[in-house]
Amino acid sequence: MTELNKLTITQAREGLRKRQFSATELTQAFLTAIEAGNAGLNTYVLLTPEVALAQAKESDRRLQSGDARPLEGLPLGNKDLFCTNGVRTTACSKILDDFKPTYESTVGANLWNAGAVMLGKLNCDEFAMGSSNETSAFGPVVSPWRRKGADGALKPDKLVPGGSSGGSSAAVAADLCLAATGTDTGGSIRQPAALTGTVGMKPTYGRCSRWGIVAFASSLDQAGPVAKTVRDAAIMLKAMASHDPKDSTSVDAPVPDYEAALSESIKGLRVGVPKEYRVEGMSKEADELWSRGIDWLKAAGATIHDISLPHTKYALPAYYIVAPAEASSNLARYDGVRYGLRVPDSDVIGTYESTRAAGFGQEVRRRVLIGTYVLSAGYYDAYYLKAQKVRTLIKRDFDEAWNSVDVVLTPTTPTPAFAFGEKSGDPIAMYLEDIFTVTVNMAGLPGISVPAGLSGQGTPLGLQLIGKPFDEATILRAALAIEDAAGRFAPPERWWEAGGKTAPASKASKKADLKKKSGGKKK
Amino acid sequence: MQVDEATVRRIARLARIKITEAEAKGLETELSGILDWVEQLKEVDTSSVEPLTRIVPIELRKREDKVTDGDIADDIVKNAPMVEDHYFVVPKVVE
Repeated sequence: MTELNKLTITQAREGLRKRQFSATELTQAFLTAIEAGNAGLNTYVLLTPEVALAQAKESDRRLQSGDARPLEGLPLGNKDLFCTNGVRTTACSKILDDFKPTYESTVGANLWNAGAVMLGKLNCDEFAMGSSNETSAFGPVVSPWRRKGADGALKPDKLVPGGSSGGSSAAVAADLCLAATGTDTGGSIRQPAALTGTVGMKPTYGRCSRWGIVAFASSLDQAGPVAKTVRDAAIMLKAMASHDPKDSTSVDAPVPDYEAALSESIKGLRVGVPKEYRVEGMSKEADELWSRGIDWLKAAGATIHDISLPHTKYALPAYYIVAPAEASSNLARYDGVRYGLRVPDSDVIGTYESTRAAGFGQEVRRRVLIGTYVLSAGYYDAYYLKAQKVRTLIKRDFDEAWNSVDVVLTPTTPTPAFAFGEKSGDPIAMYLEDIFTVTVNMAGLPGISVPAGLSGQGTPLGLQLIGKPFDEATILRAALAIEDAAGRFAPPERWWEAGGKTAPASKASKKADLKKKSGGKKK
Repeated sequence: MQVDEATVRRIARLARIKITEAEAKGLETELSGILDWVEQLKEVDTSSVEPLTRIVPIELRKREDKVTDGDIADDIVKNAPMVEDHYFVVPKVVE
C-alpha cells in the first residue's frame, strides 16, 4: 500500500476501478510521500489536503455507485500559475502576496470536473520566467535526479529540475503526484520534462483555454500536462483541453480521444530531421540520442527525411522581444491597488514604483524593462513588429515542412540538467536552454518531450516531437514508439526521503511561506 | 545597442519600477547585452512579410452585446490591500 504513489495514471485508474484501493487511500499515500519528500525538493508551495480528501471522498462515492468520471480519484499537482478558487495563487511571485482567486482556471475546472484530486500548488519560476526554477520567490525546486560519479555513487550537487514548470516536473519524477499541470511559453513544460525523465506536452496554441492562468506572454502561453508516461499525458490532455468562450483564442474544435489514438501504429509516418538543430554547443550525448531516436522510429515503421527550417536561429532572439513585450503589458496590472502586495509611498506613482520594485524579482524586472523598452515610442517597428514578422517566417518554415513530413524529431535540450548557479549569472546562457523548444511556441505548434536516455553522468535527456497544428494525436503516437523502445527512467535513489525529515503538511507550506515573506533570497 | 543610464531610468519610470543607483548600473550592461543579441534579427529580410497576428486562421467570435455577469463587487475588492466599502483606496491624487 505504501507504494501507491509510484503508480502511473493508467495503473491507478485500473486499481481504483477494480477496488484494489480507494481514492482516499491513494490520496493519503501521496500526502504521506509529500510529507516525507517536500522539504528536500521544495516542489509544493502550498498543500491542500482538505480539498484533496474531500474530492477523494466524492470520488469514492462515485466509484462505488458506478458513475466514475474519466479522472475519478486521481491525485494531481497544480502549477501555482493556475488560479484556484479560494486557494492561494501566487505565480511564485511576492507581488501576488496572499492572493486568493474567487474563480477557478478553465483547465483546472476541467480536471476537477473530470474527477481529479488536487494535492496542492506546485512551485515554478516567478511568472513562469526562467528555465531552472531558480527565480521562484519560494526558493528553487531541487531535482530528484543527481549526477553519478565515475565510481557510480551519486554526487551531492543539487541539480535544477528545469523551468518554469520545475515543481511539476520534479513532483512527477519523485512520485509526489500522478501527473501535474504545466504551462509552456518557450519550453516551460518540455525542457523540465526532459531534465527530469518525465513526459511533457505543449498542445497547439488554442487547444487549452488560457482563462484563469496568470498571463506571461499571451500569444505564446499554453497549458499542458507533465506525466510519467505518454499514455498518461494523452489521458491528461483529453481532460484539460476544451473550447472556452472566455478565451477568444481558444479553438472551437472537437477534442479527440488521444488515448484511443495511441493504439494506431506509426507505420509509414514521415519523420523530418531538421539540419538547423545541429547547433554548436550541443552535447555529444544529445546528438547520439537523436540518432538513436531516428533508429527507433525507423524500426517502428516510420520513414526519415532530412528537412530544413532555415529561420530556426532567429526564433530565440525574436522570442526575447515578443515574450518580454507581452509580459510588460500583462504585468502592468500589478499596481498594488486591486490585489496583492502594496508598498506605500508618498503618492500613487511612488506607490506603484515601490510596490513593483519590491514585488518583482530580478528576472521579472529585467524582462519587464526589456519589454517596456522595445514597446516604447519609436522602437515598436524596429523590435516588436520585426520580431512578429520573423515569427511569420518561422511558421512558414514549418508550413513548408508539412508538405513532406508528418512530424519533426529533435532533441528537447542541447544538454542534460545543470547544477544551481551554473547558468544564473548570464541571462543569455539561460535563455539558450530553450533553443530547441521556443520555435514551437513561435509557430503555435504542438510539441512533446519524451524521455529517451541517460547522459554519461546518469541524468535524463529527452527527445522532442513537433506536430502539425491540432495534430497532438500523431506526436503522442510517435512519442509512444520512442517510449516503447527507450523504456522509462526513474531517479536511481530516493535520497530526498532519507533522514526521515517528515515535516507535517501544514508546516511544509508554512516554511515556504516564511521563505517567501523574508524575500525569497537565493544566489 | 548601447543603453545608457538615462535610458535605463526613463524605461524604469515608464515601467513604474523604482530602481537604485547600483541597479541602474547593472541594468545598463544587462539590457545592452540582450539588445545586442537580438540585433541579429536585422539579418533577416522581412520587407515583404506580414507580422504574425494569429496562429490558426480563426475568426474572432462575436456574441450578443449583453451583460453576462456582474453583481460581484465583493469578489472584486476581496483581495485588495486597502478597501472602503466597494472602493479601492489609494494615496491622494488630486490636491
